[in-house]
Amino acid sequence: MAEVEIQNYCLNFGPQHPAAHGVLRMIMELDGELIERVDPHIGLLHRGTEKLIEQKQYLQAMPYFDRLDYVAPMNQEHAFILAMEKLLDAEVPVRAQYIRVLFSEIGRILNHILNLTTHAMDVGAMTPICWMFEERELLMEFYERISGARFHAAFFRPGGVHQDMPAGMAEDIMAWTDGFLKMQDDMETLLVDNRIFKQRNVDIGVATAEQALAWGWSGPMLRSTGFAWDLRKSQPYEIYNELDIKVVIGNAGDCYDRLMMRLAEMRESIKLIRQCLEKMPAGPVMSLDNKIAPPRRSDMKNSMEGLIHHFKHYTEGIRVPEGEVYAAIEAPKGEFGVYLVSDGSNRPYRCKIRAPGFVHMQSMDFLCRGHMLADAPAILGAMDIVFGEVDR
Amino acid sequence: MVDKALKELGDSIADRLENEVNSVVVAYGELTLSVRAEHIQKVLTFLRDDPDCCFKQLIDLCGNDYPERSKRFDVVYHLLSLQLNQRIRVKVKTDEDTPVPTAIEVFPAAGWFEREAWDMYGIFFADHPDLRRMLTDYGFQGHPLRKDFPVSGFVECRYSEEEKRVIYEPVKLTQESRDFDFMSPWESAKYILPGDEKADDKAGDK
Repeated sequence: MAEVEIQNYCLNFGPQHPAAHGVLRMIMELDGELIERVDPHIGLLHRGTEKLIEQKQYLQAMPYFDRLDYVAPMNQEHAFILAMEKLLDAEVPVRAQYIRVLFSEIGRILNHILNLTTHAMDVGAMTPICWMFEERELLMEFYERISGARFHAAFFRPGGVHQDMPAGMAEDIMAWTDGFLKMQDDMETLLVDNRIFKQRNVDIGVATAEQALAWGWSGPMLRSTGFAWDLRKSQPYEIYNELDIKVVIGNAGDCYDRLMMRLAEMRESIKLIRQCLEKMPAGPVMSLDNKIAPPRRSDMKNSMEGLIHHFKHYTEGIRVPEGEVYAAIEAPKGEFGVYLVSDGSNRPYRCKIRAPGFVHMQSMDFLCRGHMLADAPAILGAMDIVFGEVDR
Repeated sequence: MVDKALKELGDSIADRLENEVNSVVVAYGELTLSVRAEHIQKVLTFLRDDPDCCFKQLIDLCGNDYPERSKRFDVVYHLLSLQLNQRIRVKVKTDEDTPVPTAIEVFPAAGWFEREAWDMYGIFFADHPDLRRMLTDYGFQGHPLRKDFPVSGFVECRYSEEEKRVIYEPVKLTQESRDFDFMSPWESAKYILPGDEKADDKAGDK
């Protein structure tokens, strides 16, 4: 039989592909069903966030951060607020720090639920998403109760948080944690030892520790290769050093590890939420420094000073001292950083958003090489990509 | 205390790279090195490999624009050392025409970051293997994060029912783009307040 020469061919994956987790276009060069090269085209969701932030006052710029990684909105706000507070040298009341950490951890669970269940759906399991999205909805109810919005909370403020928790909310969150753990147990029975799930994920998209460092990975992606690196532990911000945090690490560096780590991280987050609720002190939730935070409503109504500060705060906005800072948090997806340059006016001169997804997406090429076409969605899913933050 | 340790680290790096490092600044608990653009590869390699530094991760790379300067662009590198639990910022200056050597050989992660800086600011990176646009549309013209690029952009696109395709047209604003100046008029207004010109005349007479 004569030898048949097979030519490589290009496949256009996305931008409208259900497994692309948003709007990702990948040009894949295939040899049969083996991937030889991947060229991700991102930017289809680019909204010019950084440009818009430069036009806005600091307080007006903050809600843009909800819209980056819209799966865990408050975590993003956290990074921006921390950067601002670094420049302002603001003091934050302890209760506000606890509330921030509490909602950052809720954000982490929101994110991991979405990532795990949609990934499971990508590789063929329908049930987890149906079960767990109910829990996600309950969490978003907590978001709504505290900020008035299910997603785009715009809740953190320089010097604290916008409002205190409504009465009874702490108890409700505590009660929710018990139910959630049971739900997670149920979901794990579907996934952890599932043969199909393992076949699709074990030894797929393996990266070594050196590769992880060189490609700038962070968060669960970095920890899956064996680094015990978690900003909550190693560079603690807010009150994380008062909490008992266990860093979850993997060792194989493959997709399965990343997903199992996220499962374990959800359990850790539940522990952190409980610790926060137990330790949370009473007190104010907003700085009393009127140059940073607006006066309380009653002060505004009753004192001339308060009225002036209120007016200045909502017209001119906050003046942030000149300088440049980089503030990073451990977002659910990895290190989310904000590089903020201020020229001393009421608008940021430059605000660079360092999104973990952007960096991880870049590794798509080397992770996919040599894998089958069907592995690409698994690798993408385990990377935990949301295009809001990748494209900004 | 922390600042002192940072200053020491910065000074020791500057001592060993005295031709390359221009200045060492510690501000807000962060260490910033200013470096001459042509030496950036050497400095990054040193920071990555030196046992006292071990900045093995490139966390971020971005541009920044100061149109009033002759070298208008900054390229800012943020590095992280997992061993020392330490961050460092390295800055170089450049202009529209002078390329900055690419950092890809030192940190492969620089690839997309440099593409983004090229896309957003038009900073050119020499020897970058694949310096295409990153975030903007196919065929986009201009560099949107430059301070002289208007926030509305120059073109807008819509689907044309006549031509049965997406077409690009110059931006038409139905309402003038407004830029409110909320800064306190007593401290920072860049224009002369009505009536103030007389005050200046009087000051001149005296």
